[in-house]
Amino acid sequence: MTTRSTEILVGAFVAAGFAALFMLAMKVSNLSSMGNNEGYTLAAHFENIGGLKVRSPVTVAGVRVGRVSAISYDKDRYKARVSMSIDAIHDYFSIDTAASIYTAGLLGEQYVALEPGAEDELLKAGDVIEHTQSAMVLEEIIGNVLVKLTTK
Amino acid sequence: MNALQRLGRWALGVFERLGRGHVFLLQVLISLPSLITRPMLVIREIFSVGVLSLLIILVSGLFVGMVLGLQGYVNFAKFGAEESLGMFVALSLVRELGPVVTALLFAGRAGSALSAEIGLMKATEQLSGMEMMAVDPLKRVIAPRFLAGVISMPLLAGIFSMVGVYGGYFVGVGLLGVDEGAFWSQMQGKVDLRADVVNGIIKSVVFGIVATWIAVFEGYDAVPTSEGISRATTRTVVNSSLAVLGLDFVLTALMFGDL
Repeated sequence: MTTRSTEILVGAFVAAGFAALFMLAMKVSNLSSMGNNEGYTLAAHFENIGGLKVRSPVTVAGVRVGRVSAISYDKDRYKARVSMSIDAIHDYFSIDTAASIYTAGLLGEQYVALEPGAEDELLKAGDVIEHTQSAMVLEEIIGNVLVKLTTK
Repeated sequence: MNALQRLGRWALGVFERLGRGHVFLLQVLISLPSLITRPMLVIREIFSVGVLSLLIILVSGLFVGMVLGLQGYVNFAKFGAEESLGMFVALSLVRELGPVVTALLFAGRAGSALSAEIGLMKATEQLSGMEMMAVDPLKRVIAPRFLAGVISMPLLAGIFSMVGVYGGYFVGVGLLGVDEGAFWSQMQGKVDLRADVVNGIIKSVVFGIVATWIAVFEGYDAVPTSEGISRATTRTVVNSSLAVLGLDFVLTALMFGDL
């Protein structure tokens, strides 16, 4: 085997290897949807966040506009505090925006759904969303149904 | 008493070999910079270590991906979650199977060849001959092979994972009728670049270092007889496989577990 053909084959191998790693990054992972990391943070307080996790999606009308960045317990309000990092281009949420925790599918993961309100004033970075609706907890629903059924 | 002495001798032997192996690794690392002036040596070794391993990597990757697609589909279909197939195939390959199976194949295909080659060089006194001519065999023989292995391993693992994902795609979407959009979007939604892909690459680099190190050391340290070389090749495959599997647990626990 001549030096030239060895070099060409090695070059092709290295190029194929990098192409595979690049494709893993672009096509398999969520690099393309991460895009701009710049955004602003909103917070909301929930009675119960159910199975919400850090990095869960935040959506408006089903479109993903950000991710949950932190979850903590606020001991002054006795509620869970959910911080959401919203992409900078989605800066149109009025101050009466409502946040709810829903479940994608029957067993799917939970996400925060935002619903813009009617006010003209907009939420700024660090603001807190006032109107929230907690996650549905299956046991609570079953409990309520049982109470209704038995008190008839 | 005799048994105790044998145990002691065995333990001392193990520690001595371990020590020699680490000193050897240090010497190889020190002689790496001298390769900058002679890249041709490394390119030729990448050819024999990497390019010639491509066939087995491609074929295994394809079939591992196809089996994952089939098994994943059969089991996900039981609770109606066929759409998660893409995520399952990609995560298993990128996190675990890509680096680990590639490293095992690499140890069998390239590591054993490296040990046998270096061991035979030692047995036929080519290495001593080089020393006689004031050529450092560490710089001329060992370092290029070591570097070639470390470079090739992550590239091979990347190719393995990519081919595997397409194997799973072929079986899942092509043969079993999983929705194509769901396959890719579930995959892209759940596979994280930093946490999954980059950690997988880090794993394969570590495996590359360990597998190649064991291979060149076993060859260099072989008893210079035909029996010694055969034992060195066996030890290379066994030890690198064990090291890769053990390290994989440690790395997985560090990267993905909350230990």
